Amino acid sequence: MSAEAHNEHAAKTLSDHHHDDHHHGDDHDHGSFKTYMIGFLLSVVLTAIPFWLVMSEALAPQTTGLIITAFAVVQIVVHMVFFLHMNHKSEGGWNMLALIFTIVIVVIAVAGSVWVMYHLNTNMMPTHEMQSMG
Amino acid sequence: MSHAASLNPDYVDEAGRPIYHPVEEPHHPEGHSTMLGFWMYLMSDCLIFAMLFAVYAVIGGNYAAGPAPKDLFDLPLVALNTSMLLMSSITYGFAMLAMVKNRTAQMQTWLAITGLFGLCFLGIELYEFAHMIHLGATPQRSGFLSAFFVLVGTHGLHVTFGIIWLVTLMIQVWQKGLIPANKRRLMCLSLFWHFLDVIWIGVFTFVYLFGMLR
Repeated sequence: MSAEAHNEHAAKTLSDHHHDDHHHGDDHDHGSFKTYMIGFLLSVVLTAIPFWLVMSEALAPQTTGLIITAFAVVQIVVHMVFFLHMNHKSEGGWNMLALIFTIVIVVIAVAGSVWVMYHLNTNMMPTHEMQSMG
Repeated sequence: MSHAASLNPDYVDEAGRPIYHPVEEPHHPEGHSTMLGFWMYLMSDCLIFAMLFAVYAVIGGNYAAGPAPKDLFDLPLVALNTSMLLMSSITYGFAMLAMVKNRTAQMQTWLAITGLFGLCFLGIELYEFAHMIHLGATPQRSGFLSAFFVLVGTHGLHVTFGIIWLVTLMIQVWQKGLIPANKRRLMCLSLFWHFLDVIWIGVFTFVYLFGMLR
């Protein structure tokens, strides 16, 4: 193989490589008009129902609380999928891995704080007992 | 040669033999890891908000004989605010669709509309804060109000910087066009903007709606 042919070949391989890289760099999912509209309409419904439930006081507070929590979780997933275009393949799965790790930390920190502080509050001596001791 | 052709050229020497320990870092196109890095930033930002939510959950019930959520929150106003942020999310989505098709003018229009919705959101939030402070419900009044202003204020600050970033990018696109670097920046802001809407779902559910249930 002549030097010229070799260079040509190398240039071709290099350009192929760059082409691949370019493709890799631009394979982000931008969604489509349809997916954005689906996400938007779902979000409107998932926002309107909790507001209506609380403003109309249609159900008992505990039931309303559970329902609006469920709606919030579903709406966060809807936003993640339709607006943030999350899927298990984006960035070779690293996005999803980072997200799962974050969710684990968030759940431990928030649930742990609430749990510990709730018990701390209930174990405190009530103010009126404290006054009667003095 | 035929064998070497199938190998990544970064890992082949001049003679076509494979290199197992490259002397130099393999070439990566500029910005190829930006989106992943920005996602990592968003996840760390998510932890900041998680801590503020945890603080609100712990001390949000301590009114110190001051005003409670029911005395202060105006749900129709919060609903209006929520719709502003949701509208700005979908218009940013339309801007991204225009960007993919390289329609610069259309994209700039959608970005401007997004910015206006963002400004409406901030205006309503600032009006709410001013109204509360006017009533004497200042951050130093009670644990509930401290946690409320820090959590909602941090979100509002993020929206403020998002709008500054948006205007900056509009000027950059106006001056340099839709070059790859600008597209990358617009994609980062897209993640940031939609992320703020996700945080707002937590705010309106756990601060405003739960506040009215207490």
